[in-house]
Amino acid sequence: MGVLIFLAAFIAVSIPLSWLFRAGLARSLPRHMASVARDMPLTAAFGLWVIALYVFVAIFAPLLAPFPERAVVGTQFQPWDSTHLLGTDRLGRDMLSRLLYGARNTVGIAFATTALAFVVGSLLGIWAALRGGWLDQGLSRFVDALMAIPSLIFSLLLLTIFGTTVLTLILVIAAVDATRVYRIARSVAQGVVVMDYIEAARLRGEGNWYLIRREILPNALAPLVAEFGLRFCFVFLTISSLSFLGLGIQPPTADWGSMVRDNATLITFGDVTPLLPAGAIALLTVAVNFVVDWQLYRASGLKEQG
Amino acid sequence: MADVLLTIKDLKIEGRAGDDWLPIIKGVDLTLHRGEVLGLIGESGAGKSTLGLAAMGFARDGCRISGGEIDFDGIDLRRASEGKKRALRGRRIAYVAQSAAASFNPAHKLIDQYSEVPVLGGMARSKAEEEAKTLYRKMQLPEPDEIGFRYPHQVSGGQLQRAMTAMAMANHPDLIIFDEPTTALDVTTQIEVLAAIRDIVRDYNTAAIYITHDLAVVAQMADRIKILLRGEQVEEADTRTMLAAPKAEYTKSLWAVRSFARPVAPPPQDAPLVSVRNVRAAYGKVDILHDVSFDIHAGRTLAVVGESGSGKSTVARVITGLLPPREGEVVFDGETLPADYRSRTRDQLRQCQMIYQMADTALNPKLRLRELIGRPAYMYLGLRGRALDARIRELLALIELEPDKYIDRLPSELSGGQKQRIGIARALAAEPRLIICDEVTSALDQIVQEGILKLLDRLQRELNLAYMFITHDLSTVRAIADEVVVMQKGRVVEKGPKPEMFAPPHEPYTELLLSSVPEMDPDWLSQLLDARAGKT
Amino acid sequence: MHAVVVMILQRLALGVLTLFVVSLVIFGATELLPGDLASSLLGQSATPETVAALRRQMGLDQPAPVRYWAWLTGVLQGDFGVSLATRRPISDMLAARLGNTVFLALYAAAIAVPLSLILGVLAALWRNSLFDRIANAGALSAISFPEFFVAYILIFLLAQSGFFPSMVRLNPTMSLGDKLYVTFLPALTLTLVVTAHMMRMTRAAIINLMASPYIEMARLKGLSPLRIVLRHALPNALAPIINVIALNLAYLITGVVVVEVVFVYPGLGQLMVDSVSKRDIAVVQAIALIFASAYVLLNLTADVLSTLTNPRLMRRK
Repeated sequence: MGVLIFLAAFIAVSIPLSWLFRAGLARSLPRHMASVARDMPLTAAFGLWVIALYVFVAIFAPLLAPFPERAVVGTQFQPWDSTHLLGTDRLGRDMLSRLLYGARNTVGIAFATTALAFVVGSLLGIWAALRGGWLDQGLSRFVDALMAIPSLIFSLLLLTIFGTTVLTLILVIAAVDATRVYRIARSVAQGVVVMDYIEAARLRGEGNWYLIRREILPNALAPLVAEFGLRFCFVFLTISSLSFLGLGIQPPTADWGSMVRDNATLITFGDVTPLLPAGAIALLTVAVNFVVDWQLYRASGLKEQG
Repeated sequence: MADVLLTIKDLKIEGRAGDDWLPIIKGVDLTLHRGEVLGLIGESGAGKSTLGLAAMGFARDGCRISGGEIDFDGIDLRRASEGKKRALRGRRIAYVAQSAAASFNPAHKLIDQYSEVPVLGGMARSKAEEEAKTLYRKMQLPEPDEIGFRYPHQVSGGQLQRAMTAMAMANHPDLIIFDEPTTALDVTTQIEVLAAIRDIVRDYNTAAIYITHDLAVVAQMADRIKILLRGEQVEEADTRTMLAAPKAEYTKSLWAVRSFARPVAPPPQDAPLVSVRNVRAAYGKVDILHDVSFDIHAGRTLAVVGESGSGKSTVARVITGLLPPREGEVVFDGETLPADYRSRTRDQLRQCQMIYQMADTALNPKLRLRELIGRPAYMYLGLRGRALDARIRELLALIELEPDKYIDRLPSELSGGQKQRIGIARALAAEPRLIICDEVTSALDQIVQEGILKLLDRLQRELNLAYMFITHDLSTVRAIADEVVVMQKGRVVEKGPKPEMFAPPHEPYTELLLSSVPEMDPDWLSQLLDARAGKT
Repeated sequence: MHAVVVMILQRLALGVLTLFVVSLVIFGATELLPGDLASSLLGQSATPETVAALRRQMGLDQPAPVRYWAWLTGVLQGDFGVSLATRRPISDMLAARLGNTVFLALYAAAIAVPLSLILGVLAALWRNSLFDRIANAGALSAISFPEFFVAYILIFLLAQSGFFPSMVRLNPTMSLGDKLYVTFLPALTLTLVVTAHMMRMTRAAIINLMASPYIEMARLKGLSPLRIVLRHALPNALAPIINVIALNLAYLITGVVVVEVVFVYPGLGQLMVDSVSKRDIAVVQAIALIFASAYVLLNLTADVLSTLTNPRLMRRK
């Protein structure tokens, strides 16, 4: 019951907050962007300020956290009180501090992984679409074969082989995810490559690099940015799941997935504390999804008008 | 009057744009009598389809009828319930869409789609099928007894359009809305569909609203013509009066469109700039071009005419080097060009430029005009900095766009005609000797077409350019060509100077093509059909 | 032969080829192991002699193609080799768990598929209504929640108060009713996550379809909304819907891993996670192969079915 009341209160607070955030954006941005801000749905405004909040916490975690990330500062499983606002964990570390540091670790690693997957996947995808022929066929069939294995299963297999350090985690997830990015980037780029302006540029004698940089990338950017949001959610959830399974980010690094795993026993005693890091994961993913949804809607709406 | 079927008064329709509603139809009146055919004419964006649908009490998603009256035979369509309107649609008012290929459900046979409404209305299935076959026969469809049992994708576009008209006729409606039913068809196919539609509408004494942008087509079909411009009515009169004596300035300008024609040039004396010699080209195993040869001279325009599938655009791909031919060669100014564009020198690429049909897809929407036009000058002529800027401005002035106003715009901030002008400027920036124009005017409204043709003509005289003009539109050929090549199924059927091509005797296919182009004379279709019937 | 038969045979051949490539990838991945299996099993303290002995015992001194062939022929006969950690035959370890996992996945699918199709179609038909907005926001949130979050919320709400058990203990003598009862929470967790995905995809597919000109034509023929949906939209919606279902059943495979761990459910997913932490590569390989094969076969089935429902492909010109 308490969870439901909390949820209702959360929604009740976030609606006016989102509304204020949107109004503030519309007021402070330059004119052509202000109208975009004014027209955005409340869900997107909500998403934007939540993302901003996470970024803020990730950057200033050391200043915000009352205790160090890894220090044992109390006895185990202390309840919420005035010193330890959210109590302590299985080893007696401050829950709130670890939650704040988690923003830095979990989100940071997920972001780095997505960025890596994106650079590799989208460059290869665009290149394949542009070159066509055997190169495209070869790369695409190879990616198809890799994609025939579900990504979590493939990640588990690779992690068994390479072990679970942060670096292997990033590389493995990025490699698996790059196949998905490749697919999307290739199909977006293929949509651009058939345009007459690409033919015109080719007939002009332009090189591949100019074609990618000036002709294809600017036109593929909008869908790719939206896709980046989706892939980030996916990577973030995968890494959290792996951490939750004990196969992702390893202790003593503060990380939301493993925090849930470590303290899960409390739930059966009716304590919501272990749900907080899980909720933190969910909230950020919801926020990103709301923003992406709005962007996709905007893109499709613009297309209909043009 | 007692025989009035449809009355529309002061109709207003709005369309949603974001959170706002913008007017599409701004107060239009319309009266239609039983058995009468009203032609609705307008350019793109005039709101003619929206008005046609409103006559059925229907507004597309994102549109709403915001004011006025629609009265169909005593029924108030603005206030009638959905159920009541449904009972009218398909039974007393029917609709024929522009693209029959997209408007037939791919999952059902033609005759099943025909029978659907009659059977729901209580007719026996077998009787509905018999009637369908009768109508298919009347619409002059081949194999009328079998064709209904095919799926839409198994039937050609022109036949589908006739099958859709038959479907609309199923319940002998009082009114049919034809929404550009022949726009997507080739001219020779268009004739058959036009004739079939006209006959059946007359036979059944059905009233119709015939929507089109083509004046000559509407002249054949309509008793009365109504002209729309950006959602407002311009004028209305019976067909002969309207053709003979249009009143409004806008109508007169529409009528005047086809006036542009350049003087006949003397036969060329010099050696040809481009010679296409015995070209055979193929996609995969299928030959698209068979033994195609022709010449293009400097300062002159060669028009390549043909219907879809004639291979006219493939010729352009061979000349530009996008599709290396299996046999034959392209000679440019005395030297044979490498077959593949990737093997050509930059200077060879520079000399031959292209202008595309759809300026929307031919201009990168993310680049400003400065880069769009400047890039060829930068690449080929090595212009930089101030010299480049000056050249871009010069080119903009040449295509009659004010440089200061336009130089930093994006293509999306231009009108359709202006975009096409940018396409021309980009080609000119390379300082070419040959420009290939691939259906450059066919996506544009007629008045805009006229401006583009005049501009191309002026540039040709000033810069001694050779044009290869690919088109399916014979009136464009008449306006701008010096020489003509007629193509059919990948072969050159006939070639020669324009005056010869337009004067008899013709090759049979040229004859068919020429005679199929609708003329503004309301009796043209009847006379043509009589003449063809007399010959066979 | 009929063109469609040829096409389906081609698809089947492609499916077999994909399975073969998948087995190659899964086998080949072990070859990437720094050092080799024997040395990483024994650790750094092992003497070269013991490593060499183990290597011989495991057949690692054979060249890779020979080992691959032995492994593949074994797998095809149901022999996955022995576990590196427990030394037991892997087939024995998998047998009971495979059944449990399939049971859980089917249970979830049986609820999720009809539920999400109905919700998706309704949301599409009542587009932009309050129902659509709430369903959409709800689905978007459910997609955004990690599976373990959904699972723990359900435990918190339903198990802690004693309605349902939070840990699943199965025994062979259980009646079906009891089995459905004890596995209710994991099945519900999977259902919630998968339904959200499937509902959104169904909605998108239907909206896409309803925008096509032939649906407008059907409306202009004066047909009732129900008839338009059933007769004009549905036959064309089958292919996209089949694909949506296949995609999400395949998604269950991934979801099952986390959910099994939360509820201590004796299935393949849990075994896989255990084996990964023990780095028991032989077991991980076997389970990965099973999951990947299920995934490939699902997609293959969807492919064939949607071919069969496409009139354009079924009836050539």
